[in-house]
Amino acid sequence: MLVALRCVIHRDLLLAVRRSSDVLTVLLFFVIVVSLFPLGIGPDPALLRTIAPGVIWVAALLASMLALQRMFASDHADGTLEQMLLGATPLGMIVGAKVLAHWLVSGLPLVLISPALALQFDFPREFLGTLVLSLFLGTPVLSLIGAIGTALTLGLRGGGALLALLVLPLYVPVLIIGAGAAEAAVSGLGGQAQLLLLGALLVFAAAFAPWAAAVALRISME
Amino acid sequence: MGKKTGIPSLEAVDLHCVRGERKLFGALNFTLRGGELLRIGGPNGSGKTSLLRIACGLLEPTRGEVRWGGENIRRLQEEFWRRLVYVGHANAVKDDLTAAENLNVACSLTGIGAQPGRVGEALRRLGLAGCENLPARVLSQGQRRRTALARLALSDAMPLWILDEPFAALDPVAIDCVQHLIAEHVSRGAAVILTTHLEAQIAAATTLRIDLEAN
Repeated sequence: MLVALRCVIHRDLLLAVRRSSDVLTVLLFFVIVVSLFPLGIGPDPALLRTIAPGVIWVAALLASMLALQRMFASDHADGTLEQMLLGATPLGMIVGAKVLAHWLVSGLPLVLISPALALQFDFPREFLGTLVLSLFLGTPVLSLIGAIGTALTLGLRGGGALLALLVLPLYVPVLIIGAGAAEAAVSGLGGQAQLLLLGALLVFAAAFAPWAAAVALRISME
Repeated sequence: MGKKTGIPSLEAVDLHCVRGERKLFGALNFTLRGGELLRIGGPNGSGKTSLLRIACGLLEPTRGEVRWGGENIRRLQEEFWRRLVYVGHANAVKDDLTAAENLNVACSLTGIGAQPGRVGEALRRLGLAGCENLPARVLSQGQRRRTALARLALSDAMPLWILDEPFAALDPVAIDCVQHLIAEHVSRGAAVILTTHLEAQIAAATTLRIDLEAN
């Protein structure tokens, strides 16, 4: 069973490397959206400092939504998904492995580049850690929730718009808590409460979302 | 030869299938034991693929159930799938992976631990010598089909094969090779279900036939 999970993760990472343009599109989107804000709003350092966590979080959320549709689409198109459904390994675990691989190529790069982008907003350096940690805990939650939405809208025409409608309301709490962590830290309240909440959300989503997505996949494949 | 094995039988009980408004088939029954080959025929659109998808548990029948060793396969889930090899219409071959990598992935999903040496051997058996390390993107349709079917050469321990049009896009040599693989598997005491339009020559002790009607 572990062999199958390792194989799925390895395969998805290998595919991402061989088709790196897909990965770069998401990262580039994130960088461009975040960089446009200081240009559009003007060079008021106090204002930029205030909006930095919110802008970075919204951009990360949109970028991860942009990447979502690819999670199962190609496996669905070429029949690999059928093999996963009929495999010896429980589907929930395969989905978990796929979400992990998906986050490694579409979520983790955003987390890693976010400190550099935060500097454009003159974001206080001592609080960069809180911002990065909030993204590190929050973006996997986005991928996990997104997996359920993608699985439900698999193979539908106009699935993209439907996916956004389905997933966005579930993303909002993560966004509020995530952006709130860095804001609270800057204002001197400390972001621990929000970070702990994000951690709890991550544990909860990691435990349940893959199984929910697995059920959704079985329904969409009928 | 089929009697000696302890392979559970696959039983279809009163299967009905309605897709959308169309009734594809109704009141279909069959029992497939180890060492038997079931051939499903019928014109395009008569429900062959739907029947196979029901038999392997991808599709829920409108009425009736499929049993493996007396238990509904929809309750058995992985317990049943661990014993099943399904080769569908779609090849499940990724353009960006090589033939060997594709076969490796397919094997570990099915739950066959394939040693690297055996993967190459299986590909060669299907006539893909020299293509092992080419990305599937450059392979022809027939070669991709062969890559998908190479899994069969490593699945001798799986008691049930379900094959949807295995001979599509294959040349006569490859058809011969796949027929040989199937005959060998049936003689080992396993059960095979397949759909085909060809009058395939597969030597099997017992061949069952279901012909679906056009509707």
